[in-house]
Amino acid sequence: MTLHFKKETFRDDYTFSNSPEAIRRFPFPFEKDEYMYSVNIEQHMPGPQKSAFEFPIDIDEHYVAEMEDRAKVLAQDPGRCQSLPHMITAEWDLLELLMESMSKHYPEHFQLTRDGDDWRWVNKPLGVDQRFVFGDVSTLPYPPMEYITRQCQGDFALLDQRLDNLWMDAGVITAQADWSLDFDIGMNFMEWHAPVPLAKDMGIFERALKFLMNLQQGRPVRRLNWTMTINPRLDTSPENYDKWGVERTTVTPENVGNKVHLRVELQAMWRLPRSNAIVFSIRAYMIKMEELVTVPKWGRRFHRVLRDVKPELAEYKGLTRYRQMTVDWLSKHDDGAPTSPGFAPD
Amino acid sequence: MSGGVEIPVVVSDIEQATPTVRRFRLTAASGQPLPHFAAGSHVVVMMESGERIIRNAYSLVDRAEDGSSYSIGVLKTRDSRGGSRFMHERVEVGSRLKISMPVNLFPVFAPGRRHLLVAGGIGVTPIYAMADELKRQGADYEIHYAVRDEAHGAFVGELRERHGDRLTLYRSDLSEVLAVREILPGQPFGTHLYVCGPQGMIDAVLEGGREAGWPKEHLHSEHFQAPPSGDPFSARLAKAGITCEVRSDQSLLEALEEAGVDAPFLCRGGACGQCEVAVVDADGELVHNDHYLSEDERSSGRKIMLCVSRLKGRELVLDL
Ligand SMILES: Cc1cc2nc3c(=O)[nH]c(=O)nc-3n(C[C@H](O)[C@H](O)[C@H](O)COP(=O)(O)OP(=O)(O)OC[C@H]3O[C@@H](n4cnc5c(N)ncnc54)[C@H](O)[C@@H]3O)c2cc1C
Ligand code: HEM
Ligand code: FES
Repeated sequence: MTLHFKKETFRDDYTFSNSPEAIRRFPFPFEKDEYMYSVNIEQHMPGPQKSAFEFPIDIDEHYVAEMEDRAKVLAQDPGRCQSLPHMITAEWDLLELLMESMSKHYPEHFQLTRDGDDWRWVNKPLGVDQRFVFGDVSTLPYPPMEYITRQCQGDFALLDQRLDNLWMDAGVITAQADWSLDFDIGMNFMEWHAPVPLAKDMGIFERALKFLMNLQQGRPVRRLNWTMTINPRLDTSPENYDKWGVERTTVTPENVGNKVHLRVELQAMWRLPRSNAIVFSIRAYMIKMEELVTVPKWGRRFHRVLRDVKPELAEYKGLTRYRQMTVDWLSKHDDGAPTSPGFAPD
Repeated sequence: MSGGVEIPVVVSDIEQATPTVRRFRLTAASGQPLPHFAAGSHVVVMMESGERIIRNAYSLVDRAEDGSSYSIGVLKTRDSRGGSRFMHERVEVGSRLKISMPVNLFPVFAPGRRHLLVAGGIGVTPIYAMADELKRQGADYEIHYAVRDEAHGAFVGELRERHGDRLTLYRSDLSEVLAVREILPGQPFGTHLYVCGPQGMIDAVLEGGREAGWPKEHLHSEHFQAPPSGDPFSARLAKAGITCEVRSDQSLLEALEEAGVDAPFLCRGGACGQCEVAVVDADGELVHNDHYLSEDERSSGRKIMLCVSRLKGRELVLDL
């Protein structure tokens, strides 16, 4: 599949937008007209052609611009990429997973040639042609996790499994919805999920953790999570709160359609072979309200979801300030007609 | 364990390691490299023995450099009715078997500063792989290996060659005893101990560790216990009026799918709750293997998760 990569920004002048094809393949996360937390884990199986689930690692028209944004974040704040020393094997596992998946599914853009441990990686969109020795850190310009994630869309966390828990011992997190790797590094599954309201009392984290402890090689799983972002900013980190927090106050009834974005995270989890670690990928997709309502079912449904979402969730996701204004705007796109079950457009 | 990836393999070499242990080299039938595995992993070996498929777990000893094969070490258990006898008596070079993807229930504690590997008898198989991995990492480790006599110690020569005096051998024919209270004192903070062997030995080592004041988080063990075998049973769907048989090697959900029933599921791992079904009647005992139902729901006997749970008994009637 040949992709055309857009030139766009996720900060300052915010030129990011979705092409009509990108809108059609947007991973809309609501299968009903209401939303509540659940253990929404399913097998990460290939989905329909051209969908965001077609391949295990999804590369799209925003690839080059997202990689430029990541490079900017890392230049300002190297703490967004951290790895404890015992995670080096997992880093190599991740490099292999991403290089294999990208080159297999996008051969026009990425190529991997392996001769034993002598590897050659070609990334045409970013102009990379790198020979290196798998397992030998000194043959790459960055450590393996940082090297490959500077060339792959999505944030990544590497979790070590021990003592019946998962530990966030490495990660590259530059496009997060208000959480911090620097704060969470070394924490376990229950600890880093502590700020989430309601879900704990529903037993969601206990079940999810037990499930993940048994995650098998070759059987990855995924889930969708969502939040909202004002302006198409990828880096909504606590570290930079002063830059984006105020943007929430700039929403007016006139600019809702353009400023307010639904942000969906496609989160996939793989068991890694050599290290027995788990990789958790967080691939963010953003869509502005104007684009969303071009699919009538999505406009209707998101209106109902946002109107009825529990206040605790709205508060946690940081929607409170602009929720009503957005609901009002969306209500003009909801004629009250019934919606069909499932995610897909009608 | 059902529903996972199955990898066809051909037995390419058999070595009589001791009078009772054979090492089998399993080569990928496809010619593609076998997956890497983390030391301490096992695979489930599937053996077709007439009508029935025997599924036994065997720890992975090593993976060939080029990924073409794994090896496992199998002890012929006395009075075996099943798999180990099959492996010893029926499997020859050229035999075809299937294996699962590697699963690791006995991992090396990655941030550990020093590692004591303790093996008894056939328990040496995962320890062999762990020692190799620690050596590769340049980590600090010791191997303590108890055997009946030199001839009954599987892989002793190789271990000595690879690990030199990091290996201590205890031969019961020379009245050498592997006593945990002699190994533990003086170990630096941050040391982890791993033990695999007969149940009695595991108990003694863990107990010794606790007595010596070691935190239980630093004591790791694996016991080669056969996983609870799923007995076959029948499932009747009260509303649909269908009855189907659930074989021992499939889940209830898989059996229903095979019978053409479109049953709900999401995770297939007992966590999400999608496949919950009401039980109308059960002639036997429900075996709940999920993480979803509460204790009360389980003991009520009214609900079952199709993807992982089953019946120990004759017939299960479901509200489907
Ligand atoms: C994680 C793990 C790793 C292991 N690694 C190794 C290893 O590296 N090397 C090794 O030698 N062993 C290993 N084992 C043990 C191995 O899986 C087998 O349990 C062992 O080989 C004995 O198998 P068997 O079928 O010969 O024994 P059996 O004594 O015949 O049977 C074992 C169990 O299977 C059931 N069973 C067998 N036949 C029947 C029947 N006809 N009807 C009803 N029930 C039956 C019984 O419940 C019995 O408890 C490991 C086990 C585990 C769990
Ligand atoms: C092991 C991989 C996982 C990692 C690394 C991870 C990480 C995180 C992080 C960092 C947060 C933000 C917490 C904060 O506010 O600081 C979060 C939120 C959350 N996580 Fe996870 N998570 C993982 C798996 C899961 C799974 C399997 C579930 C399944 C139900 C889950 C459910 C949630 C929910 C419901 C939230 C709140 C999200 C929101 O409302 O926006 N997580 N997770
Ligand atoms: S399918 Fe998720 S619990 Fe059975």
